[in-house]
Amino acid sequence: MKKSWWKILSAVLLVYTVVAGLLGPVPTLPLLQETIRNLYFHVCMWFAMMILFTVSVVYAIKYLRSLDLRHDIYARNFAVTAMVMGLLGYATGTIWASYTWADPNKPLINSFSTIARDPKLIGAAISLLVYGAYLILRDAIPDIDKRARISAVYNIFAYAILFPAIWILPRILPSLHPGNDGNPALDVKNDISASMRIVFYPAVIGWTLLGVWITTLKIRMQLLTDKKLIA
Amino acid sequence: MNPAVVNVIRNLESTTMKRIAALLAKELLLETRQQYSFYGLLLYIGTTLFVLFMAIDQPDAAIWNGLFWVNLLFICINAVAKSFLQESRGRMLYFYTLSTATEFLLAKLLFNALLMIMMSGISLLLFTFLLGNPLQQAAPFVGLVLLGGISLSLVFSFLAAIAAKAQQNAAIMALLGFPVIIPQLVLLMRLSSATFSPLLSVTWPAVGLLVALDALIVLMAVILFPFLWKD
Repeated sequence: MKKSWWKILSAVLLVYTVVAGLLGPVPTLPLLQETIRNLYFHVCMWFAMMILFTVSVVYAIKYLRSLDLRHDIYARNFAVTAMVMGLLGYATGTIWASYTWADPNKPLINSFSTIARDPKLIGAAISLLVYGAYLILRDAIPDIDKRARISAVYNIFAYAILFPAIWILPRILPSLHPGNDGNPALDVKNDISASMRIVFYPAVIGWTLLGVWITTLKIRMQLLTDKKLIA
Repeated sequence: MNPAVVNVIRNLESTTMKRIAALLAKELLLETRQQYSFYGLLLYIGTTLFVLFMAIDQPDAAIWNGLFWVNLLFICINAVAKSFLQESRGRMLYFYTLSTATEFLLAKLLFNALLMIMMSGISLLLFTFLLGNPLQQAAPFVGLVLLGGISLSLVFSFLAAIAAKAQQNAAIMALLGFPVIIPQLVLLMRLSSATFSPLLSVTWPAVGLLVALDALIVLMAVILFPFLWKD
């Protein structure tokens, strides 16, 4: 019970997010209207993805320092969960964009090429591709220790090159996405009203904790499967 | 500082420099002895451009720009791929006794950067010769091409090291590298598109960013290569 307080917290926060997110007061803005509630889901997915990728890199660094295979399993599973979060971010973003960015007078598919060119979407796609490549690289190396070492090196290298670029790129290219001037994601203080912030912050924490929870389950399974290798 | 200590450091530096110079000289010597790879690259550029020449004779500026950078990307993969793949296990062991990982890596990066500067220059010449010259400001574009060539070579050199250690071919290198290089490539294309108009000028802060990214790549490569190098 002592150890699982954060799981309970995650569940409570997510229940709060869904209830307060769907029923709570939101500012009425032209174009956005009620779709603004997607903020509690869409943006949180990306926050969770970034955080989980960062955790994955931290474990990759820890692996290189300790050469403990356990850390490699951690790094891999955090990356996989982060990718799932990223895909969900895309799914929620697609729904949002289809109500706000897409041209209502044309079929949805006609707006695809303009929407998909948005620098933030490119950045998100690239980070998913990088970790896809990470998983393929892992599968390409049969030797366990070598796989762990080389994939940790790639994980750190790609993260270090990619994420500054993702944070820089949206400042240079034009974009429809909110948070254009300076901030690549969203200026939480100025773009989100106070009534929404009290749902948004818990939502970020709740979704991230859920991601961590899923990952710990996967890690525990993997540790049991590889019991003989690690001991 | 104690003059004796300064002297020792200076000595160390000079030997490091000497070793890097020796390794670089070895690369250059190998390149002149085994000229097939150099001429192979030239032929690769030539045939690619000839195919483009057959397909479209005078593309407009945007297409010219896109084709040029994509072409440079593929040249880079071919030019850089062999740098680590050519070293056999035995030879790597021999280098291990002669130099440190950093020296070995820096020599490779330097050599590949030189090679790519040359190849970028050649492909630029051939592009203007075969596909017309839509450039309005030649000097900044040439600068960007050299910078871009160096950026590409740095990223792909390190990925070639990863691919070589994973005992994979150049295909996995491209797979690992494409997502990582996209942000830089997009930046380069954006920046260079300004040189096709007489009125626009290249935004210098963005060039500074590219240089900073290059520095970051070298730094990460120096930090991470020792983990790849130890077998």
